Amino acid sequence: MTRLLRLDDVACIRGDRLLFEGLSLALNRGDALWLRGPNGTGKSSLIRLAAGLLRPAAGTIERRERVALIDEAAALDAELPLRRALDFWARVDTVDGHSVDRAMDEMALNNLAEVPVSMLSTGQRKRAAMVRVIASGAPIWLLDEPANGMDDAAQARLVAAIARHRANGGAVLLASHFAIGVPNLAELDMGALA
Amino acid sequence: MTALIALFWRDLRRAWGSGALWLPVLFFLLVATAFPFAVGPDAPLLRRAGGGMVWVAALLAALLPIDRLVKPDKDAGVLDQLAVRGFADEVIAAVKIGAHAIGFGLPLMVALFPAAALLAQDSGRVEILATGIAIAVPALASLAVLSAALTANHKGGSAVGGLLILPLAVPMLIFGAGMLDPSGRGAVKLLAATSLLLTVIGPFAAGAALRGLRE
Repeated sequence: MTRLLRLDDVACIRGDRLLFEGLSLALNRGDALWLRGPNGTGKSSLIRLAAGLLRPAAGTIERRERVALIDEAAALDAELPLRRALDFWARVDTVDGHSVDRAMDEMALNNLAEVPVSMLSTGQRKRAAMVRVIASGAPIWLLDEPANGMDDAAQARLVAAIARHRANGGAVLLASHFAIGVPNLAELDMGALA
Repeated sequence: MTALIALFWRDLRRAWGSGALWLPVLFFLLVATAFPFAVGPDAPLLRRAGGGMVWVAALLAALLPIDRLVKPDKDAGVLDQLAVRGFADEVIAAVKIGAHAIGFGLPLMVALFPAAALLAQDSGRVEILATGIAIAVPALASLAVLSAALTANHKGGSAVGGLLILPLAVPMLIFGAGMLDPSGRGAVKLLAATSLLLTVIGPFAAGAALRGLRE
């Protein structure tokens, strides 16, 4: 069982507020952990800590593989057609266009390939961000509210993509204030840590 | 390297593709056009003061694109995505400086020739001005990206950015305009040294500012 991500005795302070301390967790290949709890309990901060975007106030974080992140911003150039916006990240991740094709197929976005990102709905942008994550080939997925704005069909595709990723040896850290139906999911109630 | 080239071309495409490129160039030309109206059609006076005016116009034009250099990428999550992929903030800053130097500097150099003609500059002075501004462009780009990174979290960042850039750019203004003085033969070396210093420091300072945006 290969460990991909480990947080050891981590504390997080935002502003002057201690969000949590003494938090330890580990994700091995095939694992998925749901961070649940109400707003303001540190779900997004924990995702950003795991991504290396924030420094922990205490403790250590170890990432043994590449990371892919979804947060509230899609990170896609609004003025470009969707496919071209995704191709930029494919070049940054040095993956070929077929990876983007497959990921767009997975999230049912092929018919929107030529539509400018600025014209996409919130749910479609979330699906596009998932395409970026899937196409990156990163083994560790950090998903912050990935289902926001998605309809039932899109959520089902998201759940299927997570299941495929785990089956292929990836790990998922998922922050969501509502259940999105991912099976065999470990849970961490962030509200209980506050 | 492929990723950095992709980032460079993306910044260049955004500079040239959005039409924002023409704003500083038009501003530069408008300032050069307005100056003769202000001082009158006195060719010797225009010739004497016009070189310095070109430098002032170039510095002011460098301030205009500050709002679009870092803030849109920060708001869209692009900087976070690059950081997640392990790109050092200093490297991202260096790429942005390079793209801005090309994206802003090349059109500015082209616009210099009609602007200099409007200000009654002869071919010898135009050559000196072109050399000086070409030397200064990397440093101006460096200062612009640094200011953009420092002010990306603030409303009205470009106004604050202007206040940051102008004092730091004053030595270039002095040495650049000094190149036009027949007795100022050392000015080009001082301009080059100042530009080199600012260009080298820029990615590190702007990188630290980009890192600060995440905290």
